[in-house]
Order: sequence, then C-alpha cells, then structure tokens
Amino acid sequence: MIIKQLSVFVENKKGRMAEITDILAKNDIDIRALSIADTTDYGILRLIVDNPQKAQETLKSAGMTVTLTGVIAIAIPDKPGGLSSAVKVLSEKDIQIEYMYAFLNPTDDTAFVIMRVENEDNAIDALTKGGIRLMKEEDIYTI
Amino acid sequence: MSRSDIKSLQLERLKRLVKYCYDNVPFYHKKLNMAGVLPEKIKTLSDIQYIPYTNKTDLRDNYPFGLFATPMKNIARIHASSGTTGKPTVVGYTKNDLENWAEMVARITTAAGASDETIVQIAFGYGMFTGALGLHYGLEKIGATVVPTSSGNTEKQLMFMRDFKTNALVATPSYALYMAECAKELGYPMSDYHLKLGILGSEGCTPEMRDQIEAAWGIFVTDNYGLSEICGPGMSGECHLRQGLHINEDHFICETIDPNTLEVLPSGSEGELVVTTLTKEAIPLLRYRTKDLTRITEEKCECGRTTARMDKIKGRSDDMLKIRGVNVFPSQVESALVGMDKIGPHYQLIVRREGFADTLEVKVELIDGSVLEKYSELEGITRSIKSRLRTILGLDAKVTLAEPKSLERFQGKAKRVLDLRNEK
Repeated sequence: MIIKQLSVFVENKKGRMAEITDILAKNDIDIRALSIADTTDYGILRLIVDNPQKAQETLKSAGMTVTLTGVIAIAIPDKPGGLSSAVKVLSEKDIQIEYMYAFLNPTDDTAFVIMRVENEDNAIDALTKGGIRLMKEEDIYTI
Repeated sequence: MSRSDIKSLQLERLKRLVKYCYDNVPFYHKKLNMAGVLPEKIKTLSDIQYIPYTNKTDLRDNYPFGLFATPMKNIARIHASSGTTGKPTVVGYTKNDLENWAEMVARITTAAGASDETIVQIAFGYGMFTGALGLHYGLEKIGATVVPTSSGNTEKQLMFMRDFKTNALVATPSYALYMAECAKELGYPMSDYHLKLGILGSEGCTPEMRDQIEAAWGIFVTDNYGLSEICGPGMSGECHLRQGLHINEDHFICETIDPNTLEVLPSGSEGELVVTTLTKEAIPLLRYRTKDLTRITEEKCECGRTTARMDKIKGRSDDMLKIRGVNVFPSQVESALVGMDKIGPHYQLIVRREGFADTLEVKVELIDGSVLEKYSELEGITRSIKSRLRTILGLDAKVTLAEPKSLERFQGKAKRVLDLRNEK
C-alpha cells in the first residue's frame, strides 16, 4: 500500500526542469504524477514514476539531491465532498498530512490523491476502516 | 614644514620609538633581538626596513594588554575592535596619546572644512569603537559644537538636525545615504536641513557613492582613514581638494610593501600600507601591516600642505570583507559551516549593496535528501546556519541552499567571494 515517491531538490534556475525531465526521458522513465512546491530560491519536485529505484539512481548519479519516500495513494470519487470525506478520516485520528497532490483517473470518474503522512501504517489503517479505497503500488506505477 | 624637516623629525622620533619599544615591551625586545636590530642600528629613516613587521595576530596573541608599554595607571582609556575574528584587538591610550589623537583629528577635520562654526552630529556608534569618540574629541578641540547622537533612531537624529541647524555630519557613508532617504520620506523640505559637510568614514566609499551622498544632501563629503590598532580615525584625511588623504606624518611613518615578497615599494606604487606609530606611548606599533592597499605620494598638495598623501583604500591584501562596517573573513564562514549536518563543504559568499546597506548571502550545497519531506527540516537547516553565522560574524546573512556540485570548484586557491557591491 505504500508507494515510492521521489523528492528532488531543485534550484530555481533557468532550464533546470528541462534538464531533469531530459535525464528521465533518456533513461526511459515514465512520469506518472508530479508536483512541485517552490520557495523563492529552490523547489522540491515530487515524482511518481514507473520505476522509482532506477529513477533515483539515475538522478543521484547526475549529482542531484534526491530521496525516495513512502507515500500513500487513495482513489476518491470525482465529485464535491470526495476529498473532504477522506481527509476527515485522517483528522479524526489526529494524523497530520505533510503534503498532498491529486490528479484525475483517465479511465473512470475517480481521482487519485497522493499524500505524505507522518505514520503511513496508522493512516492506512484509518483510511481502510473509513472505507476509503487505497491504491496498490503496481496500480499507480501503471496508471 | 618642508619635506626634509618632516623627515628629520621622523628619524628623531623613530630612534626614540625603537628604543622605547625595546626597553618597555617584552614582545618587541625579543623580536628585535631575534632580528638583530638593536635600537642603535637605526641611523637613517631607511633603516626602518630592518625592523620586523607586526601583524594583527600579534595583538590578538597578546590579548588584552600584552603589547602595552606602560603600566595601567598611565592608561587613560581603552578601545577595542569588534573582534569578529576571535579575540578583539585591544588598544590603550595614555593622556598624551589622547591629546595627540584629538590633535590629529582636529587637523584632518579642519582640512576637510570644519571649524568653530561647525555644529556636528556624530552618528557613529559610541562605545568601544574608536570612530565616535575619536571624532568627538578632535572636533571639540577645534571648537565645533559636538552633538553626540550616536547611531540609530534616525527620525530623532533628523529632528535634531533640523532644530539644531546641524551643518556637519559624521557617519558611515551608507548611514548618511540612509538618513537622506529617511529625510525625504519624512516630508520636511530639504531646506529645513542645513548640512554642508559630511566627514564620512569607517567603511569604503566609492566616488560614485560619494556623488550620490553629495547629491542627496547637497553637501561636500570628505574621506578619512585610520584603524583602531593604530589609534582610530585621524591617521589621514582629505583636504577640500580631495587629491588623496594627508597623512599626519609627525605621528606616523607610512610605507607600502609588496604583500607577497614583503619588499618595500618605492613611493608612488600601490602596495599594502604598513604603519609605524611614532608617538604612541600606551601601545606603540612597529611596522604594523594594515592589509589595506593604497599608494603614497610625497608630492606637495595644491592646498599647500607638504605632508605625504595616500590614495583612498583600493582593497585588501587578504580576503577580508567589510560588510556594514563589520570585518568578515571567509574563513570565519567556513568555521561556522564545518560540522554542519546535511550540507556539503563548499560555500560561496555573495556581497551586494541593496539600497543603502550591504547584504551577505551564503550559499551552501544541500547534499542530504532526507530533509526534503519536511519543510520545517529544510528551514531548520537554513535557520541553524543563520544563527551560527550571527554568533560568529555578528551579522545577519541570507542563507541559500544550492544543489550539490552547483557551486564552483577550485583547483588551487579558492575564490569563494563574489563582491557585487561596485557593479552597476
């Protein structure tokens, strides 16, 4: 249930995103989902890819600061209140969300939400009990 | 005084000084013995070349009073440098030293255009720093009205300036500019201010910045030079012609040397300024290496003064930076970063002038990805670097995280400083 996500430290420099995505492309790594959070000086790029280990090694050998972390992915109905009910389950259990990002499922009317929480196991437990559908690793990598 | 009169006075005082140091300062006694330079060896002014140099480290190694030549009962005052590179350098003054110092400042401020008609606000920070009290007593000596406002509290400074009809300002160039900006914002017409003269110093000032200050205030600005180790302000200063800073040569012998070979350079060539204090009783210094780069000319100035003149300081022979009046060595930054977790050993310093103040940015490489999951951890890194820098430098710096290997690597001598202050 825990999905591997890459976090890459990126300086705010012209062409930097192009370089990173180019490295991934040349190594035949497919980006499944992406989010970037930036400050004035740098950003953190979060990536879900089809082959996280390979992507990590590739970026690391290109000299980047990169880390592989566990996140969880849930599938929620793509309608008003869909996200709110899932997040409520976590807040009721006092589980903090560090960050999250979402994208639509191209094949049906659900949306996927990737979230980073402090304790994945507790979150998975709470979400499962709350009736929220969790995505498996292979499901996400091959969306 | 003719050049030859100046030189014979200098020789007489140099002989007396070397003997005085030899007899009263164990440090010099040992040093002169080791160099084989007994006081009798000084027969001409050029014999000064046999005397070993004194360095800032010698002052620091002998903290606090090790280089004093006279018992504490004769010391009338103590000043100290900010001590950003470890122990501060401490200097003492006897009553005569204070008298001479005031005399020297009186001369340079007179040359700059101050007189008993002058109402001068001293906006240097008072305290252990030599600047404020140095100018204070020198200006009092010429009969000026001294207003010791110290630095800060700019609105009040400006109120006094309007109400007292202050016509001269002692400040750092950047504070003088800042005050002008505040004066504009406050909205009183500039005709409410009566400033005519700026005696600015204690940090570098390019001709462009001087023009800017003059235009902002409608004043005439002169530069002066001194460093706390040799007395403070007053060693030299510009006259109204501003063709170099007149040196008080009856109190100092100034040489320029090649900082690498340590050879004395002929008059007129640029090199590191080396100063010998001829009259100081409390802490006399023989051939003190200032690390400041300048050029000295003995040509007579058109103002009529015959004293030698030095150029405005061109730079440093070491890598010291002066940022907002604080001395910063890149090695200090390095010592702040050593042992810090999650960042690499490379760093870069970027100094800029933003508005009226110098800013320091320190760039370091983030090498540990484990902190990317929590912004608080990332911020924690920059915060802890910042607080270490503040402790060591006494200065707030901006800390920027960079990607690994993004900072330039150097083969041989590293150039870690990017000083953009004089770039347009």
